[in-house]
Amino acid sequence: MEWKNRDVISIRDFSREDIDFVLETAGRLERELAEKGALRYAEGKILATLFFEPSTRTRLSFESAMHRLGGSVIGFASAASTSVRKGESLRDTIKTVEQYSDVIVLRHPKEGAARLAAEVAEIPVINAGDGSNQHPTQTLLDLYTIKRVFGSIDGLKIGLLGDLKYGRTVHSLSEALAFYDVELYLISPEMLKMPKHIVEELREKGVRIHETSNLESVIGELDVLYATRIQRERFPDEQEYLKVKGSYVVDCRLLEKAKETLKVMHPLPRVDEIHPEVDGTKHALYFRQVFSGVPVRMALLGLTLGVL
Amino acid sequence: MAELKVSAIKEGTVIDHIPAGKGLKVIQILRLDRVNGGILLLAANVPSQKLGRKDIVKIEGKYLSEEEVNKIALIAPTATVNIIRDYAVTEKFNVEIPGEIVGILKCGNPNCVSNHEYTAPKFYVISKEPLKVRCHYCERTMEEEEILSNL
Repeated sequence: MEWKNRDVISIRDFSREDIDFVLETAGRLERELAEKGALRYAEGKILATLFFEPSTRTRLSFESAMHRLGGSVIGFASAASTSVRKGESLRDTIKTVEQYSDVIVLRHPKEGAARLAAEVAEIPVINAGDGSNQHPTQTLLDLYTIKRVFGSIDGLKIGLLGDLKYGRTVHSLSEALAFYDVELYLISPEMLKMPKHIVEELREKGVRIHETSNLESVIGELDVLYATRIQRERFPDEQEYLKVKGSYVVDCRLLEKAKETLKVMHPLPRVDEIHPEVDGTKHALYFRQVFSGVPVRMALLGLTLGVL
Repeated sequence: MAELKVSAIKEGTVIDHIPAGKGLKVIQILRLDRVNGGILLLAANVPSQKLGRKDIVKIEGKYLSEEEVNKIALIAPTATVNIIRDYAVTEKFNVEIPGEIVGILKCGNPNCVSNHEYTAPKFYVISKEPLKVRCHYCERTMEEEEILSNL
């Protein structure tokens, strides 16, 4: 697979070999960065970060990654100060920005925006979230984190917890995990279950799947618990929400039932799915995920720019 | 013979066995209604043994390719196509749902970029029976009922 000029839009466009190659490259860059302090692969290159929606980690880690590679960054963190306010189309915005830069990172509220941008632009486009559809770089950094901690993704029992119906992170993560020999535990309230078509797709790919609404009953089985935020607005009834919310709080009492080696992950931001008392325990892996964002995004920027 | 109610054509294409009521839509999808096009005949609500009632579209002086006609497969999967040369049927084929559907179907996801920006909506057919397509842009899938209401 030729990486130079390739767009990174959806996990669907990736093979297992592609994913493994990105993770290996990220590992190499992480080691090099630790040895040398700063790298110069992207010297003279410019990244444009176009964030039409708010973000803390994704935007800052892309910018940090580009600086760590020796390149520079232009962009905006909200559409309010741009010509989009005057009614400019995404198409024209992309055609303009590509004259100023060598690679574009885009977050946009419309599903499919990154795919469209990639068709319009001559330079590579990396999707940093398109509505509720895809967030492929989050998935890659999640996999990188798991691989760094466990050495391998194959053979693990992984629980996905929370809003499995609407959460884009769990959809693309489960698609990617289907490339590996894993057992998936889908843990959610009845009304936020993983869509049937995704479960069927995963089963067809040979993933062993257990669906449950009871976290306590399966916590002892898991190697990884991947928690996500349950959004209040999904519930028609406040009482229903409170009931569900309460049953999915990961705290030290719950973790007493878990394996010693269980790792708890979360794409962040969290609200109260994981109690802060977990932060200091050996189970907490979510800030490690934040750390992984930089080497993984360095790898993607370097590969698509063709400078590694 | 029901067909004889509208005059026979000498050269061209006859699309038969269109579900009743879909004839006009077929004409629109194939863009046969342009002013400078050839003669176009539409027979609607014709009694049919196979369908009960059917529509028939005849296009004088134009031979449609299988690829062109496949665009109507979503609304008229039962359609049969006859190529007419000198009043005789020289070729006959059934329509088939293509692997990709471009430009004729709108994405049912109101938040899909294809409903907001200038672009030709595009779908991949992931299952023909039952019909299921995936949007090239937002990646959401649509099944038969939703597809028909977005044509």
